[in-house]
Amino acid sequence: MNKKHLVQGFVQLILKAETELPSDVVTALTQAYKKETGAASLQLELILANVKLARKKRCPLCQDTGVFSFFIKAGYDFPAPGSLKGIIEQAVIESTKKIPLRPNTVDPMTSKNHGDNLGLNLPQLIWDFEPGNKVQVTALPKGSGSENMSALGLLSPRAGLEGVKQFVLSQVKKAGGKPCPPIVVGVGIGGSADLVMTLGKRALLRPVGVHHTDRRIATLERELLKMINATGIGTMGLGGKITALDVHVEVAHRHPASLPVGVVMQCWADRRAHITLHADGSWKVD
Amino acid sequence: MEYHVTLPVSPDFFKTLRVNDIVYVTGKLFTARDRAHEKMLTTNRKELQFDPTGMALYHCGPLMKQKQGKWTVVSAGPTTSNRMEDVEDILLDRFRLPMIIGKGGMGRRTAKALKKTGSVYVAFPGGAGVLAAEKITGVSGVFWLEELGMPEAVWIFDVQEFGPLIVTMDSTGKSLYQ
Repeated sequence: MNKKHLVQGFVQLILKAETELPSDVVTALTQAYKKETGAASLQLELILANVKLARKKRCPLCQDTGVFSFFIKAGYDFPAPGSLKGIIEQAVIESTKKIPLRPNTVDPMTSKNHGDNLGLNLPQLIWDFEPGNKVQVTALPKGSGSENMSALGLLSPRAGLEGVKQFVLSQVKKAGGKPCPPIVVGVGIGGSADLVMTLGKRALLRPVGVHHTDRRIATLERELLKMINATGIGTMGLGGKITALDVHVEVAHRHPASLPVGVVMQCWADRRAHITLHADGSWKVD
Repeated sequence: MEYHVTLPVSPDFFKTLRVNDIVYVTGKLFTARDRAHEKMLTTNRKELQFDPTGMALYHCGPLMKQKQGKWTVVSAGPTTSNRMEDVEDILLDRFRLPMIIGKGGMGRRTAKALKKTGSVYVAFPGGAGVLAAEKITGVSGVFWLEELGMPEAVWIFDVQEFGPLIVTMDSTGKSLYQ
């Protein structure tokens, strides 16, 4: 396997994530633009113009190029999956220089920015394994405006699903215009304090407009979306009909005495891209 | 109403602006986020290496590129203004800043300060970094780059028709975020 060739694959993955908003998000933003009037309409018009320009110029659409999470699904028979960590780190360093990306990682003890977007425990790699010899990776760069609005609720189980809905709604209201609405809301329910936040983030991998395969969860997603859009927060907090483009829920079983809820907010720049690596070392970004 | 303003301009101009007005700015902006606010407030004014008088304050941590020693802007949309809420009134008062450009809005403390200084808060859509960069024609200075890093440093930008900016908090105390 040619390491240099794989590094280039990940540089292309990062370039695509930073410069091309996924088509499902563009479609949802366009639909929102058609529905809005006044201040929200102008904001959406500028947002859509920016998306187009970034794609054309191959420039990061937002100056906050974020901090990366890489969701990795590795086939058991993929040769040397352990080498991927080094390959991804090298790709982040190269992307920071070449694309370029804004250096966003600072030492938590000294606040020093080392300029390469690497750091302790970063970028975050989230591993899953499955049969086969391919590796599929989704890059999810996330800016701090939306990330700062994420929240963990450790509810009393008696609060039930109604309590979950109210918790999500209260966090969206509290966030107002700060996370760059129209947002996409990832919600985790169940598991533990750490697992529920990962579920919330993982929920963001699902394209906008695609509901959960479990009908009960899909219904909850639709109810939450309706409640959030009824707040009237609107694009960039300037009022309007659309506050969220979608809500995605992922669940885990829970302890009978715990009801964790994880709310992970994503800005309108819901950036993500995928790469498939084959056992022969070839790759495809989509 | 739509205004095209060239900075510096008489402070009285900003008092006439009202929420929902649209403004295009030409002139100089300086960027400042969390740490630059801290530095500006803890550095003796005489020792400050730049004079922000008459410039608009831009809540922005830009993505910059250096080519043969010259800085250019790649992407430079606004950052979340509310992070600066607890110090913005002091900064506004000390430097008599006429205009804040940001996103997401600010709170009561800043609203009160805008009233006192006759200044306005205007918004550009967050994330629209490439569009904003198109209106930045030059970089005339950078301060605290080594110490604070690219996003937190103070950058002085020359801008041409930067906008459309929407007035979302005016000097009468009105805010579109309430």
